Amino acid sequence: MDSRFVDTLSGRGLPLRGHDIDTDRIIPARFLKCVSFEGLERHAFEDDRKQLAERGQTHPFSDPKYSGAGVLIVNGNFGCGSSREHAPQAIQRWGIRAVVGESFSEIFFGNSVALGMPCLTVSAHDAEALLSAVEANPQAAVALSVAGQYVEVNGTRYQAAIPAGAREAFTAGTWDATGLLLDDFDEVRNVAKNLPYVSGF
Amino acid sequence: MRKTLLQKVWDNHAVRKLSTGQTQLFIGLHLIHEVTSPQAFDMLRSRGSKVAFPNRTFATVDHIVPTLNQRRPFLDVLAEEMMSALEKNCREFGIPLYDISSANQGIVHVIGPELGLTQPGMTIACGDSHTSTHGAFGAIAFGIGTSQVRDVLASQCLAMEPLKVRRITVNGTLRRGVYAKDVILDIIRRLGVKGGTGYAYEYGGDAFDRMTMEERMTVCNMSIEGAARAGYVNPDDTTFSYMEGRPFVPQGAAFAKAREWWKSLASDADAAYDDVVLMDAAAIEPTVTWGINPGQSVGITEKLPAPSDVRGDEKASVAEALEFMSFRGGMPIAGTKIDVAFIGSCTNGRISDLREAARLVKGHHVAKHVKALVVPGSQSVRKIAEQEGLDKIFTAAGFEWRGAGCSMCLAMNPDQLQGREICASSSNRNFKGRQGSPTGRTLLMSPAMVAAAAVAGEVVDVRKMLEPAEVHA
Repeated sequence: MDSRFVDTLSGRGLPLRGHDIDTDRIIPARFLKCVSFEGLERHAFEDDRKQLAERGQTHPFSDPKYSGAGVLIVNGNFGCGSSREHAPQAIQRWGIRAVVGESFSEIFFGNSVALGMPCLTVSAHDAEALLSAVEANPQAAVALSVAGQYVEVNGTRYQAAIPAGAREAFTAGTWDATGLLLDDFDEVRNVAKNLPYVSGF
Repeated sequence: MRKTLLQKVWDNHAVRKLSTGQTQLFIGLHLIHEVTSPQAFDMLRSRGSKVAFPNRTFATVDHIVPTLNQRRPFLDVLAEEMMSALEKNCREFGIPLYDISSANQGIVHVIGPELGLTQPGMTIACGDSHTSTHGAFGAIAFGIGTSQVRDVLASQCLAMEPLKVRRITVNGTLRRGVYAKDVILDIIRRLGVKGGTGYAYEYGGDAFDRMTMEERMTVCNMSIEGAARAGYVNPDDTTFSYMEGRPFVPQGAAFAKAREWWKSLASDADAAYDDVVLMDAAAIEPTVTWGINPGQSVGITEKLPAPSDVRGDEKASVAEALEFMSFRGGMPIAGTKIDVAFIGSCTNGRISDLREAARLVKGHHVAKHVKALVVPGSQSVRKIAEQEGLDKIFTAAGFEWRGAGCSMCLAMNPDQLQGREICASSSNRNFKGRQGSPTGRTLLMSPAMVAAAAVAGEVVDVRKMLEPAEVHA
């Protein structure tokens, strides 16, 4: 990320239908055998892509008409399962800068925030409208605002939501939390000292 | 008064309210392993940061370790590279490491409780979603990603959104042949795989009061499969007697003091909950998953749903799962032929799981077409099992007896399904490709049900293997 501030962004959409898409599908465990996140994008959805190809179908992540897309559009409970940050890393390194969907697993959401990749929720009805709009016109620009909590396609604005903490983190540029957490380290020491299991019973 | 354990623990660990509105929460115990930590240490180095509280982080190796030949260097060069990275990182930053040569090595969620590192009233984080396991002790424990592992290393803190609490009360007596695994599979089936979003689950009721610590760990372990970031049981005498005498637990007078503090953290009798769910233990059957997420399960005497049996969004999910599994709606789960039987994992790789499975397979033999393996959750579990002769019972019955590790739960090691194989598994996830083969199929069930399936060569009701007196007791 070049800028620490994430608010409005715009890109072509990538529609990925299906509920409960887990992180094992986003990045199968065998690709977690690594000591760096580099190159993970090559394996995003690898098994799903291969299985669809074998049946003569094309996974959206393999489909040339979506290459270069920047906004991933999904259904509900996206990113459930394992806590592996490799999942949002693979998606982000593939080129995705924001995800819009009905709901996200909390760990996936938190990992995405830490990477500067906002995840916005929309109603099931609006998710369907967004998926259909992008499928009908892969060239359409999908614009979104974190502060304004909306997503816009083809001149239609859809209300979106992102929890206040994450919203503030993006718009204030504090989504990478380490600095913030070290700001008042004396108070951290104080809290530790008052815990009997730290200071002794 | 009127506070839940979650609120009390949260308040004790809250450092301050952040400008984002989130709470900066002190993390009392940080557990790390080889898969989700190497990049976090690199991030720390590039910042020039140190580990803030090196004595509050403990490391072990579990995901990538081979369970057959554990000699170093590992044959898999990538696994060896990860192992070496963890050793180097722990040395450089002064973090204790239980490596493959240590008698304390094992799955991170098995060794934490075993060593007494896990204690009531703590906040616990680990780069692994099954960290919810530690909630069995009345700790608030959750999984985090690698950037957050970096945050905890650097500051011993996390920026957290508040959690709501759903009280799940299970009253009544579990019937024979029904285990803690069936309780959590049934909870996830009822509340759904996204039902717990935004919540911590507080488990209670007389069924939980009677459970052992290992049973409570099995339930809390799978909280995340129902989307609850954390799950916990209030600490009680069962908790304290499990803990007494373990290496990291205070001894003597300090133990008595600790015990009083731990007791005071339990939810108040009049605590207010955001939601309450009541369940009847006697209504739970041995449960088996048939689909591609842990909520897609049925009781052993039930039949699989068809897309026409469910509503809305679920139709597509059921259709997709049936197609992936090559099952059809209306078929019974009993009688499904299996190829592999796996007993182990952070859900069900503890000594009581192995004892119950061994008791069932004693005098029987694994079906000819089935490959069966038992993988203890830790070296300590393995040692106790061997002292009790369980290894001999398993090998006589045709099971392979392995070294400690995550093994076939996520197959980041040589233990993997091949092709379309179907595995009866005591692990926690039946996602597509989870057990190493992209097209492999997983049926989650209790270790006793896996033992029964291994012997029969197909999914069977474990109650048929129990003495009639046990079933009707």
